[in-house]
Amino acid sequence: MATTATPGSVTPTASPERRARFSGTERALHWVHASAFMALLATGLILYVPSLSEAVGRRSTVKAVHLGVAAAWMTGLALVALLGDRGALRRTLRDVDLFDAEDARWLSGRRSRPGRFNAGQKLHAIVQGALAVLFALSGLLLWIVQRDTTFRLPGTIALHDTLTFVLLGLLAGHLFLALVWPWTRPALRGIVLGGVDARWAREHHPRWPEETAPPRRRPGPAAAALALLVLAAGAYAVAFVVGGH
Amino acid sequence: MLADDAPGRPLGRRAFLGLVGLGLGALVLGRGDSVLPAAVRSVVPGLGGGWRIYSVNPPMPTFDPASWSLRIDGLVERPQTLAYADLLALPRAEQTSDFHCVTGWSVSGVRWAGVRFGDLLARARPLPSAGALVFVSAEIPYVESLTMAQADSPDAMVAYEMDGRPLSREHGAPARVVMPRMYGYKGTKWLARIVVTERALDGYWEQRGYDRDAWIGHSNGLS
Repeated sequence: MATTATPGSVTPTASPERRARFSGTERALHWVHASAFMALLATGLILYVPSLSEAVGRRSTVKAVHLGVAAAWMTGLALVALLGDRGALRRTLRDVDLFDAEDARWLSGRRSRPGRFNAGQKLHAIVQGALAVLFALSGLLLWIVQRDTTFRLPGTIALHDTLTFVLLGLLAGHLFLALVWPWTRPALRGIVLGGVDARWAREHHPRWPEETAPPRRRPGPAAAALALLVLAAGAYAVAFVVGGH
Repeated sequence: MLADDAPGRPLGRRAFLGLVGLGLGALVLGRGDSVLPAAVRSVVPGLGGGWRIYSVNPPMPTFDPASWSLRIDGLVERPQTLAYADLLALPRAEQTSDFHCVTGWSVSGVRWAGVRFGDLLARARPLPSAGALVFVSAEIPYVESLTMAQADSPDAMVAYEMDGRPLSREHGAPARVVMPRMYGYKGTKWLARIVVTERALDGYWEQRGYDRDAWIGHSNGLS
């Protein structure tokens, strides 16, 4: 290689080849969901665990923040889906929905050649989706019931609690695989910046066809939605700090 | 079994709908009790045995045995001021009862120790016109009330012990009202004063729309 170097040229840095795994819309959706869920989990645990309740106090304020974040979460997801690249979302939904022979192989613990997502990643997305729907529904019911007891269902609180326990387990696994486990850690770049190392992708997702990763377009609206959400959350926080103290 | 070249079957959406359906079923068929069995709840530290701690005006009142007192006045012959030791010296009653919150959670088998209202009021001697007890919490502005008949329930008391230990701060130290037949908001924590009145009045939550007669399963929209 040194023979091709021309005088004055810098040493070519090895810029690894990338595969586009997530569009801006998907990333916006992920981070709206992730940040809201973390905030909901934190405030929820303060409301749920007595020692935390006592240490923090201000139950009504914590509850107001919990409800405010929940509203921002649903609004944010809806905005990203409305303004973002829905084609990309549909593609990802399809990738998560379809299970083939390789997925069966993966699930039974045998060597497999996954596509864009392996069966575990698909299952995680599916369970997260179901959790989100059930959290929103049971939370909404809890909120309504405080105003009108006719909508009280016997299992609302138990369901909301169960979902929290399931979420904690799921979150621990998700964070471990994203941040710690060396074989899956390269995937983190995909959800942060969009692209993953192509060599890693070929190795771990060999059946991910090249053509299903078109150059991402229109990240603008999704980014705008995210900015709007952050802005709204910021305004809410400011109003809370100014008004609450 | 799937063929190797099959594009895949749409199993993801079925799993998703299945999970949501399972959750909806639990919503309708589930019980109001916590999902964790009592045994697990009491072992896991920090979970507080399934209790949710509510206070309306934090920080919670602090208890100083030296200065604390319980005032009993209103329609009585002899208004009383009980020190903590005076309260403990009254005839002791014990019971195990379930606690139900109006928002849907419950704690089963809570062991309480305290004083029945009859013994508590004996020395103050309520007047014939006395019809209700108004409970004033050290956590202002929390108030509650029970009719005399309700307070005479064999399982109603002013409790100073819970599960074998002196009442903790978050549960209303040093004394709280326990009325197992009604929802938890009737159980005034951090009890500071009992005013004997002619009639019951709307307590803190009742002023905000809850039922004054908070019978479990027969109030607040449940029949």
